Amino acid sequence: MDLDLIMRTTQFLGEAALMTLALTAGSLVLGILAAGAIVVARLSRWTAVRALVAAYVSVMRGTPLLVQLFVLYFGGPQIGLTLSPFAAGVVTFGLNIAAYMSEGLRGAILSVDKGQTEAARTLGFGRLATMFHFILPQCAALMIRSLGVNAVILIKGTALISTIGVVDLTYSAQRIMTSSSQPFEVFGIAAAYYMLIVFGLTRIMRLAERRFALPDEARA
Amino acid sequence: MMTPMVELKGLRKVFGRLEVLRGIDMSVDKGQILSLIGPSGSGKSTLLRSVNLLETPTGGEVWLDGTRVNADLKGLAYERHVNGLRREMQMVFQQFNLFPHLTVMQNLTIGPMKLLGLSKAEAEARGEELLCKVGLAEKALAYPARLSGGQKQRVAIARALAMRPKVMLFDEVTSALDPELVDEVNAVMKDLAAEHITMLIVTHEMRFAAEVTDWAVFMDEGMVVEEGPPDRLFSDPEHPRTRSFLRKHLGA
Amino acid sequence: MNLDFSVVPPFAGALAIGALWTILITALAGAISLIVGIGLALARIYAPGWIRALLAVPVFIILGTPLLLQLFLVYYGLSQLGLRLPAFFTGVVGLGLHYAVYNADILRAAILSVEQGQYEAGRALGFGRGATLRHFVLPQALYRALPQIGNNILVLLKDSVLVSAIGIMELVLSAQLAISRTFRPFEFYISVAAIFYLINLALEWALARITRRTEAMR
Repeated sequence: MDLDLIMRTTQFLGEAALMTLALTAGSLVLGILAAGAIVVARLSRWTAVRALVAAYVSVMRGTPLLVQLFVLYFGGPQIGLTLSPFAAGVVTFGLNIAAYMSEGLRGAILSVDKGQTEAARTLGFGRLATMFHFILPQCAALMIRSLGVNAVILIKGTALISTIGVVDLTYSAQRIMTSSSQPFEVFGIAAAYYMLIVFGLTRIMRLAERRFALPDEARA
Repeated sequence: MMTPMVELKGLRKVFGRLEVLRGIDMSVDKGQILSLIGPSGSGKSTLLRSVNLLETPTGGEVWLDGTRVNADLKGLAYERHVNGLRREMQMVFQQFNLFPHLTVMQNLTIGPMKLLGLSKAEAEARGEELLCKVGLAEKALAYPARLSGGQKQRVAIARALAMRPKVMLFDEVTSALDPELVDEVNAVMKDLAAEHITMLIVTHEMRFAAEVTDWAVFMDEGMVVEEGPPDRLFSDPEHPRTRSFLRKHLGA
Repeated sequence: MNLDFSVVPPFAGALAIGALWTILITALAGAISLIVGIGLALARIYAPGWIRALLAVPVFIILGTPLLLQLFLVYYGLSQLGLRLPAFFTGVVGLGLHYAVYNADILRAAILSVEQGQYEAGRALGFGRGATLRHFVLPQALYRALPQIGNNILVLLKDSVLVSAIGIMELVLSAQLAISRTFRPFEFYISVAAIFYLINLALEWALARITRRTEAMR
């Protein structure tokens, strides 16, 4: 095993990991915001809005992420939308994961018993106040858990950015694999970085989940 | 003539092709305690839920103390109107529907604080008084998950009372309870009856209805078949459908 | 805005062939993911501790890293080991193994969910350990796991485009060939997306049908 290669690869991939991290962070923020908007739109009283958003979620989930990225990045200029590869990645990954996240958030809201809404409405609380005081506190932890699962999927999905030339972990790892003829070592180092990011994010999410969990005595 | 506390005029409710309420007229005076009885699927729960608009009536009118409940408003104005009126008529559910993320005391104070503008101290004073009344003062800091079904339902009644409503609606409040827990809930309701709070009670417990209420309404297939003072209705029903229903339920 | 979808029909044949490759890759990788998934699930329940510990490492890595990176490893790694295999083979196997890990998770839970009474009934009839597993426990577990495995196959269908990165012919690659001649990426990638959406719908429909038919057997 070539120790020098391992040292250099570790350093080189470390820089690429920062790119993966930045891409993940950007997509995650966009994704969570968009997912929230989708959930609100799906609760709308206008059928047309609900149908439109349902169609959006269906298309995002029914077509490959890579194709979505190519449509935006390569096809975008044709419709007057020229984005840098990084921006195209953040937009595609964010809007894609938002579709999945919105399903999780919606599921969490629907998991709260219908009687809770009825009880709150009976007391005289409005729709928004019911959501805010009674439904969200009961499903926040579940929401965060499902966001966390999707965030991990997102991290791994950002590898697709390498196909449009952004120097992220996967792009760098592939380049060294071709040139160094030590694919296993290179993969091992890249994998370690990925798992470090996954681990870090999972920890943060778990802390957040615990922060919003109901007290033990409140659970049946 | 006194304005009725609750008045229904030609109330109709249709679910798809199913007509659950077929034109109900009913009037409940202030302080009156009325029981709604009838076989399951007769529409009695839907009627109760239409009074506070958990179900939106398909047709007809609902009045509360001289105000039209299902007013002809749209959007936000309707929301505000309904939210305001609902505060004045509280419902107790078969499944309790206590808020599991709040303590017993918080369940009682959240409505008065957020909706009636009471201070925390005022709301808690009111809450304590009501918890004493239902015999659960020592459970103020417990979460609902730690209570028995009977205790949960007593808290639910206290939560509703904390809003100081004009009318209390009870929707089969003892149906989900183990038999040995029914009495403690019935006792609380009897106390309320003695205070002459206006109550509409959907129940299948004929004995309780006979003992506590002063007017009984028998419903079947979405219509009022027969009504009267419970003594008279239970001992000498006029309609054959009432008779066969009572035979099944009082025979035991 | 400069769009002209009339450039697409002349390449309909090429796209159709690409779509057939995509379906073939999905079918083969799906089969591998199911068979290896069953083996992996059984091993994770019944194998001796040291084998289970050994298996945990690749499982951990496969769950924690991108599929694309794993495909690169299989592609470059096998040739490094002196195994000159066709790219198609490495791509399909890589894809299949990746989803085998996800299927194994579901199958493991499904196997454990089969009641102890089923084992006892099988053994009481006189079947051996393996035969009881094969005839009574596994079929029930499979039926129970079917909805989630179907879900994984749907995800696999969409992830099958990644093998284009190691030069395997499928829908995205056939579109790229057309784009290199027409310089019309938007029209062709939208068409590819539409074709995927249709394949996805058809597969979803078929899986829902199978799931419904086997509902009684769970």
